[in-house]
Amino acid sequence: MNLQEIVNRLSLDVKTPGLDLNREVTGGYVSDLLSDVMGNSSGGNIWITLQIHLNIVAVASLKGLAGIILVNNRRPDEDTLKRAVAENIPVMTSALPTFELVGRLYALGLRCR
Amino acid sequence: MNLAEILSILNARMLTDHVPLQKAVESAYCADLMSDVLSFSVTNSLLVTGLTNAQVIRTAEMAAIEVIIFIQGKSPDSQTIKLAEEKRIPLLVTDLSMFDTCGKLYERGLRSQFHHLNQAPIITVRAQSL
Amino acid sequence: MINAEEGVFFLTGKDFTNAGAASSSLKGVLEKRGVPQDIIRRTAIAAFEAEMNVIIYAVAGMMKYRISNTEISVTIQDMGQGIPNIDLAMTEGYSTAPDYIREMGFGSGMGLPNIKKSTDHFVINSMVGEGTTLEFTIRLANGDKERA
Repeated sequence: MNLQEIVNRLSLDVKTPGLDLNREVTGGYVSDLLSDVMGNSSGGNIWITLQIHLNIVAVASLKGLAGIILVNNRRPDEDTLKRAVAENIPVMTSALPTFELVGRLYALGLRCR
Repeated sequence: MNLAEILSILNARMLTDHVPLQKAVESAYCADLMSDVLSFSVTNSLLVTGLTNAQVIRTAEMAAIEVIIFIQGKSPDSQTIKLAEEKRIPLLVTDLSMFDTCGKLYERGLRSQFHHLNQAPIITVRAQSL
Repeated sequence: MINAEEGVFFLTGKDFTNAGAASSSLKGVLEKRGVPQDIIRRTAIAAFEAEMNVIIYAVAGMMKYRISNTEISVTIQDMGQGIPNIDLAMTEGYSTAPDYIREMGFGSGMGLPNIKKSTDHFVINSMVGEGTTLEFTIRLANGDKERA
């Protein structure tokens, strides 16, 4: 599934201007714990979290994730977003809580791989 | 959605004793950060989480969460299970990921009701540090 | 008419096994008194966040409560490092918690905002190097006597 399509279908708010969203999403990973994402997510996954710690971008970059969706309207600070743009990690936000957002991604056919 | 259905949808196991399988929940919430659960969840919910420490049980107790589901086959230690039994909070564990757990429950009709940040209480900061 | 009642619980820093026990006991007191469920829940959430702060950041502390027919007031006083900038600490997402606390599901910078959100009145007093005192109040709209 294509990230741009996910952004459109779920009306996500893209917080990293200028990044190409035309990229393949291999699956979804949900966690608010950085160590868990480091250990268990797979490259190309879209990461759903409410964690806005600066290191989310570093983790996504190291694991080669397709992007980060922040739930519950959590707003990352400017430094995090600058870093995301520099590392080519799209960051999107949604007003939905994790369960609802993941349910909709699952309904679109995305799975945890 | 009742516990019997949840067990079957997630191919999950029950970790606590004496739980009535017809017990039902109306809403679901998913998080690893407990303050988020305390802030946004509603009563009569089930919590999907990747953490298995005693604070998860305490969080459920305070937020009046009725059921906890642990994911990726992660079970808490026996003391934590005992605390949940004392507080009558059923614990379930599934081998599924958090993503697929939420997805499958959503697919079968469970939804998340949640609080919005709409309260504006008074806050007074009386003394700052020197 | 039920008489006002009060009590105190002692808290030990870094005692994660018993973290939450004081808030749980307070919840039990409120249940026994027949306080409405939504008020119990708000009190328990605020007390638990405050209790976790003491367990995480302080050496020791205490939780005092007083329940009258019109309100529940709780004071959590600790011997800890104090909060250098309260405005910053009140900002959602701001946290000085070490990684092991974050991996336990706490320290995400939502604790104080949560207490504010759950209570009707909330006061913080803090002195760096001495400690922090949180006081919060939750109103019992018509008193709890009718419901008891």
